[in-house]
Amino acid sequence: MLIRTENIKKTYRLGAVDVAALRGVTLDIEQGEYVALMGPSGSGKSTLMHLLGCLDTPSEGKYWLAGKDVTTLDDIELARLRNKEIGFVFQSFNLLPRLSAQANVQLPMAYAGVRSRERAERAKELLTLVGLADRIHHRSNQLSGGEMQRVALARALANRPSLILADEPTGNLDSHTGAEVMALLDGFAEKGNTVVLVTHDQHVADHAKRVIRLCDGLIETDR
Amino acid sequence: MQLLDLLKLSLDTFRTHRMRSFLTALGIIIGVMTVIAIVSLIQGMNYEVERQIASLGSNTLYVQKFGWGMGRLDFDEIGQRPDLVIEDAEAIARLPGIDRVAPERSRTVSRITWRGNRATTVDMVGSTPSYATTTNLRVETGRFISSDDSLRKRAVCLLGGQVVDDLFGNEDPVGRRMNIEGEKFTVIGVLARKGSFLGQSQDNVVVIPLSTFEKLYPLPRNRMARIFGGLSIGATPKPNVPLERVLDQVRELMRRRHGLGYDKPDDFGINTQDTLREIYRNITRVAIIVMIAVAGISLLVGGIGIMNIMLVAVAERTREIGLRKALGATNRDILWQFLLESILLAAIGGTIGIIIGIGIAKLAEVLAHLKAAAPFWTIALGFGFSAGVGIFFGIYPASRASRLNPIEALRRE
Repeated sequence: MLIRTENIKKTYRLGAVDVAALRGVTLDIEQGEYVALMGPSGSGKSTLMHLLGCLDTPSEGKYWLAGKDVTTLDDIELARLRNKEIGFVFQSFNLLPRLSAQANVQLPMAYAGVRSRERAERAKELLTLVGLADRIHHRSNQLSGGEMQRVALARALANRPSLILADEPTGNLDSHTGAEVMALLDGFAEKGNTVVLVTHDQHVADHAKRVIRLCDGLIETDR
Repeated sequence: MQLLDLLKLSLDTFRTHRMRSFLTALGIIIGVMTVIAIVSLIQGMNYEVERQIASLGSNTLYVQKFGWGMGRLDFDEIGQRPDLVIEDAEAIARLPGIDRVAPERSRTVSRITWRGNRATTVDMVGSTPSYATTTNLRVETGRFISSDDSLRKRAVCLLGGQVVDDLFGNEDPVGRRMNIEGEKFTVIGVLARKGSFLGQSQDNVVVIPLSTFEKLYPLPRNRMARIFGGLSIGATPKPNVPLERVLDQVRELMRRRHGLGYDKPDDFGINTQDTLREIYRNITRVAIIVMIAVAGISLLVGGIGIMNIMLVAVAERTREIGLRKALGATNRDILWQFLLESILLAAIGGTIGIIIGIGIAKLAEVLAHLKAAAPFWTIALGFGFSAGVGIFFGIYPASRASRLNPIEALRRE
């Protein structure tokens, strides 16, 4: 079991009012699963993604990732977990614009303390894997949207994470480049990576083997 | 994240924001530059002043109407004091520890002319043959004043190198007759050059016999004019007699000659090289305090500038911080990233300041002939202080960056 959540809740304070974003989600995701998290805005899917990605901790409930109880970890341990176990893919790519494609891919490895020669080799390998062998030294602001998202995919794989978390990965792309990106994600899943997609797009969700629908902070359906 | 990665990151930021980084570092540059330049100049001046003071005659004391010093002088009281007279000098000369005594008077001469050439604002000294010994004067050509010159009140003079240049150019002045404010004087010798001190020539001088001086320029009736125009008596102790012992002898003698009771303060002053050194030290002490204040203020302002720009950088790079955290940066990684940036900014500014400061010192060396050199401790201090400013003013923005919530940070556009 890679992911196990037990009745996790998340409550935000907005001024004087408490807003419940998640009201008790229990969820198991096996190693190697390809899962889509769906739901309308305000359903709590972003909050769930942040919790699964260890960017935030739940107000209540338990969360185990790769056997670790995330709710008991401190800042440094959370950072290490994000670094080693999770590969993020964002809707807006989030590359550092002044750095080359290679340097962007190397970033998680730098925080993991990987030696620089090894970093460079793996970055080149990964960029070749996503079809950007000829863009290695381009600064990321010289790349097209599709290329940027492919760099982000390569970056997500850098430390061989056990979980790839993709938040609307095609949201800022046209349908053609979006399809290319999805094909790459499909490929990662086929090779045994655990992929969790967060999307409100049914076509994107259709790529996944399992679709979890959230509504008002609770799981509505799980197929 | 390794230190090398962080260093590269900071340097990359400076390269991207060249102008901004330079302007931010400017306060530090100015602060450190001021310290280095002023300390170097003071060092150079110390050296030069020490040389000048030493040239006064290391072992000479001067009996004058009042003591040199930094304090406010009560001229009303000094004006009441008895004038020093030649007989005082003669009495001092008879003291057992005394070797040479040279009474002197001096005034400023507005012009000296010879065949249409003129020298202006020349220091005129009237003294006796011993003057050459008490003040370390050397005669280059011709001869010094003789006792015969004094006795006969001859209108003869020795010239400083500057006066020779102004009046005679390359001609030999010895034996020439020239006009000093309407009086005819014959040149009997030329003094060896002393060089200039802080841009002021020490060779713009003419020496005549004291007796001639007294005859031509008697002391004015005005009490104030008598304070500065009066007699000054230079005296050197015999070899192997310490100056301090002679100092006491001279003081006792003068008190006796002036009939002072034991409870009355001195109505004269005895000045030495050490008196001058003390005055000089007081002046440079003030200069150093002013310098520390200026440097401190500019380092403070520079530090605030750094803090300001680092806060801007943190705000601008909020998304980047969020992303870095998502990719596994710890709070500490982020703290170091921004702290190192501000330390580097300040340290680079400090280094530039050191280089410019040394440059100014070198310039002073060429232009003012000062042996200005920055001592190593100022360089170390300048660098250490600027790095310290980087840490002190960088820690707040850096810790703010490190505490950013990654989710909020990533959401920021």
